[in-house]
Amino acid sequence: MSTSASSTPTTLRSHSEPRLLEPGLERSDRIFHGLSTLTGAFVLLVTGGIGLFLGLQAIPTLRHYGLSFFTTVVWQPELDHIGIAAVLLGTLEVALVAMTLAFPLALMLALFISDYAPVKIKSYLVSAVDLMAAVPSIIYGLWGFFLLQPHAITLSRWLSQHFGWFPLFHVDTDPNAAVWQQSRYTSSVFIAGAAVSMMAIPLACAVMRAVFDQAPQGEREAAMALGGTRFGVVRTVVLPFARGGIIGGSMLALGRALGETAAVLIIISPAYEIKFRVLEAGTQTISALIAGNFGNATASQLSALMTAGFVLFLITLLVNTAAAVIIRRSRSGAGTDI
Amino acid sequence: MVSSPVQPRKIRSLTSDDWVSLVGAVIASFALVDLIYLHILNTSGALGFVVCWFASFMLLFAAVLSFVNPRHVIVDRLVTAALYVAALIVLGALASTVIYTFAQGWRALVHLNFYTHDMSGVSPTAPLNQGGILHAIVGTVIEVGIAIAIAVPVGVATAVYMSEVGGRFARWVRTVVEAMTALPEILAGLFVYVILIVYVGLPKTGFAVSVAMAVTMVPIIARAGEVALRVVPSGLREASSALGATHWSTVRKVVLPSAKAGLATATILAVARGIGETAVALITSGASSFMTINPIKNPMNSLPLFIFTADQTHEPLAIVRAFGAASVLLAMVLVLFILTRWLSRDKGARR
Repeated sequence: MSTSASSTPTTLRSHSEPRLLEPGLERSDRIFHGLSTLTGAFVLLVTGGIGLFLGLQAIPTLRHYGLSFFTTVVWQPELDHIGIAAVLLGTLEVALVAMTLAFPLALMLALFISDYAPVKIKSYLVSAVDLMAAVPSIIYGLWGFFLLQPHAITLSRWLSQHFGWFPLFHVDTDPNAAVWQQSRYTSSVFIAGAAVSMMAIPLACAVMRAVFDQAPQGEREAAMALGGTRFGVVRTVVLPFARGGIIGGSMLALGRALGETAAVLIIISPAYEIKFRVLEAGTQTISALIAGNFGNATASQLSALMTAGFVLFLITLLVNTAAAVIIRRSRSGAGTDI
Repeated sequence: MVSSPVQPRKIRSLTSDDWVSLVGAVIASFALVDLIYLHILNTSGALGFVVCWFASFMLLFAAVLSFVNPRHVIVDRLVTAALYVAALIVLGALASTVIYTFAQGWRALVHLNFYTHDMSGVSPTAPLNQGGILHAIVGTVIEVGIAIAIAVPVGVATAVYMSEVGGRFARWVRTVVEAMTALPEILAGLFVYVILIVYVGLPKTGFAVSVAMAVTMVPIIARAGEVALRVVPSGLREASSALGATHWSTVRKVVLPSAKAGLATATILAVARGIGETAVALITSGASSFMTINPIKNPMNSLPLFIFTADQTHEPLAIVRAFGAASVLLAMVLVLFILTRWLSRDKGARR
């Protein structure tokens, strides 16, 4: 890249020859194109290599355990008895709880910013959402564990007291005991999900808000002119226009929630069992499993962890690619402005 | 359906009628919930109180509005109220995160030695006037510095390749880069751990953290950078080409300088993401209690890792230190964030 443009002498061509429209590139340009293509290939190799590498590492584990790797509940490497059934379920549960909390809040905040907030504070709100996305996940972990948890467990108890008949809200303890067992309600899927939702909200909200802002102004004004209220405009113009963005943004946030590590690691207490009781203490996710076990893992255990990582990789890849496709499609219909 | 055919209904501003019914509903619902929830049912719990307050407010507000307004206006007002509350919840959660972190860390933050000492020879239970997090701050700065040195040239070059050179192969690169922006950080850490530490046999060091950080930062820089390069008006490129400039000098002297602010924003976004990556540091470096300057020799501590290990001790004073370190980390992110805003404002003014 040291060759600069000025050092290359301009070649004089004879007048009879027409200048080629696709001339051979200057030397500096050939170097430039070559180097940047090389960088692109390098990035492709490294980032794409992660998936390939995890996939290759998964082969010995899958050969050794076979399908039982997906059906075994416990993770006991010393007994050669490992599987991801419980951690996979835990990962999905944490992510789904996070999205249950994050989706309505993100949607409402995005609508508020795009259509309801006073114009003066709109840019500050956009900044606040961006800032929320930039706060490190470990800080949300501390927040969830120390600030949220003492309050959230009273809600957990209340839910299990009154809705304990519903399997999701059941907790294996006596909810009506005079001295209630607080430790049965702490470190649950619910609290981990609440902390993760703090990371999912800004991501989903940013995408949704961007799409809401793109909703054609002419159609908004038309709806207004027909006597619609503000919510009428939102319901008939903004939401239908932004359906792709809403789904895509939520899926993007779901992808983030699935892979979240630090906050989950701080909050949950590891438990390897198939259960849907989200308010009860103990769960495990793939990322927390990897973070907690890679240190004293033997070569074969490391391969098992990477197999679990590969499964996580495939899920997030699927979710994110689907999200990208949906968002792209929704934007392609944006040319309806008058 | 319109209330009065003569006067146009105001849609964006609240009338005094609206104000009175709004404030009245707020006060009435508070009094009602206070009476029923606290005195008749005799229950407690701030959360339950607020939820009941909100629910009864919505009911009372709807009831008051229904005296004069048609149904769609009531729905509009209720949705507006709900959106304000949702925004307050999210912003309140964000504010509580920031304020709580600083409030809990305050006891550590007021000690000067917290910034000038490391934790070597200091037990986690030692009082706060001993030891500090200098080693973690230095570690974070060094690790992020190396990660920037790797990720910015590679990321910007990739962005230039995708936006300026293009071609069929570039589409492949773009697809993979887009997919990788969402790569869970733990997988990047695991990848680098197995390649550099298990296979190559390097010790667990700050350098390994930097490499893993760079792996997660490159896609972010490349993707956001490509967006920044795309908004450079193509007229500038064409003018440069028409003046006889080569493609390389067009990129170097026209495109990159025009997109400077956008590229800086992309970089800072990636740094803000990388600086807080805990899982990566946990996997690829040990948490040392002493100062490490050399990134390729000894385990290097960093702020997220320090926070995590201090939290895992479950010692009250260690947790205060963890919050102190979290405050410093948050302050770093805030500074980077304000820098981003400032840069992007600059870009907006020029456009």
